[in-house]
Amino acid sequence: MKLKRTAEKVIESGLALSGLITLLTTLGIIWVLVTESIGFFSEVSIVDFLFDTQWTPLFTQKHYGILPLLSGTFLTTSIAILVAVPLGVIIAVYLSEYAPYKFRITVKPLLELLAAVPTVVYGFFALTVVTPFLQSFIPGVSTFNALSAGLVMGIMIIPMISSLSEDALQALPKSLREASFGMGATRFQTAFKVAVPAASSGIIVSVILAIARAIGETMVVAMAAGQQPQLTLDPREGVETITAYIVQVSLGDVPHGSLAYKTIFAAGITLFAFTFLLNNISYWLKKKYQEKYE
Amino acid sequence: MKNIIETKDVNVFYDTNHVLKDITMDIKEHSVTAFIGPSGCGKSTFIRCLNRMNDYIESFSMKGQVLIDGKDIYKKKVRVEELRQKVGMVFQKPNPFPKSIFENVAYGLHIQGETDKQLIAERVEKSLHRSALWKEVKDILHKSALSLSGGQQQRLCIARTLAVKPSVILMDEPASALDPISTAKIEELILELKQHYTIVIVTHNMQQASRISDRTAFFYMGDLIEYDKTKDIFTNPKKKETENYISGRFG
Repeated sequence: MKLKRTAEKVIESGLALSGLITLLTTLGIIWVLVTESIGFFSEVSIVDFLFDTQWTPLFTQKHYGILPLLSGTFLTTSIAILVAVPLGVIIAVYLSEYAPYKFRITVKPLLELLAAVPTVVYGFFALTVVTPFLQSFIPGVSTFNALSAGLVMGIMIIPMISSLSEDALQALPKSLREASFGMGATRFQTAFKVAVPAASSGIIVSVILAIARAIGETMVVAMAAGQQPQLTLDPREGVETITAYIVQVSLGDVPHGSLAYKTIFAAGITLFAFTFLLNNISYWLKKKYQEKYE
Repeated sequence: MKNIIETKDVNVFYDTNHVLKDITMDIKEHSVTAFIGPSGCGKSTFIRCLNRMNDYIESFSMKGQVLIDGKDIYKKKVRVEELRQKVGMVFQKPNPFPKSIFENVAYGLHIQGETDKQLIAERVEKSLHRSALWKEVKDILHKSALSLSGGQQQRLCIARTLAVKPSVILMDEPASALDPISTAKIEELILELKQHYTIVIVTHNMQQASRISDRTAFFYMGDLIEYDKTKDIFTNPKKKETENYISGRFG
């Protein structure tokens, strides 16, 4: 009896400890990002950081404007979302509202396999297959370009949207669809006038998580979009995203502690701010959504 | 009065499970017909055969004929959407859409492609009057239907069904999730609706069947045991099983 109680105690503290470790890791990351960024911002004014249109910390003529990196990230992410949202939602609606049960339970795990492919494979695919293909019919596409990286990243995040949206649709009570069918609605009307609006908060959450994933994605953009930070919205051009820049500096021969080295923390905290915000929005929406259907 | 629904030798299977056996029945226009029987007797399956709501169950198969106004509704060329506008349904649990009260009632017209705003508004008001809900909701038409009480939600679901002008309304235990006061309101409503519609109702509550129905059908283990005037079923049943069931000896 006593042994059992001791065992319970050990297990309990073990569980608490694992929770604590993840919490401490997050706090540690934030701490490093903030302290290193303070070092950066004591040397570079925040106005230059936010409004200068050039990012050249590694050149002799140094500029520290984050805008080119932001525009690169924005461009690749937007292309990815334009691909992934329509396809992902259509797949989710098809699987949930049209497909027979057996087909659904076979295809859904296969789709989720897309998410299991290593991102370096996607990057390689973008660079060696998609880019030459795009070059064959769109004039002016560079070897490194935002379009190819964005398209492939879009395919990569389809399962995130389709799978989570399908879950949201499946969580709706069956009676809702019956009500619609019972009034003489077709499957299409039931899917798009009742099911999708009723599951909209869940679908929006999946899209937001997919955006956060696209913003944070590194390998595909580092390999296929290039490493030239430029302020452009032309998808045929090479761009550099925040993540790709961090890779570039981390792997390069920039001395530790130098200002150039500290730039990656400033870039990192910007990235963190965005993904943190998106995660919070999705968390908030999810909570609201759960209240509604419990 | 003429027969609006006729079924001939209806047999239903879920895979190999034979759940309804040779059901033949006529239902008269502007009457209330109650289906009673213990759980699993097939009464809900049968009511769902009358507007093809079983089509979505993959293991479902059926033999026999269901005629509505003399037409076999299981013929290939029949459009189920049109059928269900004519044969509406109210379900066990109130199931309003997560939309406004107005939008819920207008839904049937929207899906038919109706765009005349005035016609829609008039139909919504009329349907809510008929379902005895208008007074309670006339000032909150644009609030979410989910903010209504259970009994109000069920009357909203009835209004939603009325808005597409059906001739038959199927009700699958419409009051089983409601409190006694809401139940009384629904029963009162059914008696009023009878003047304009044919009503078929599945119920577990035998007092309810005796209060509101003109004819009662007793189902047991997939068979239609007895089908007669409600008064006769409850005072003078011809079959032993019926007598046992209504006297509360089983079920």
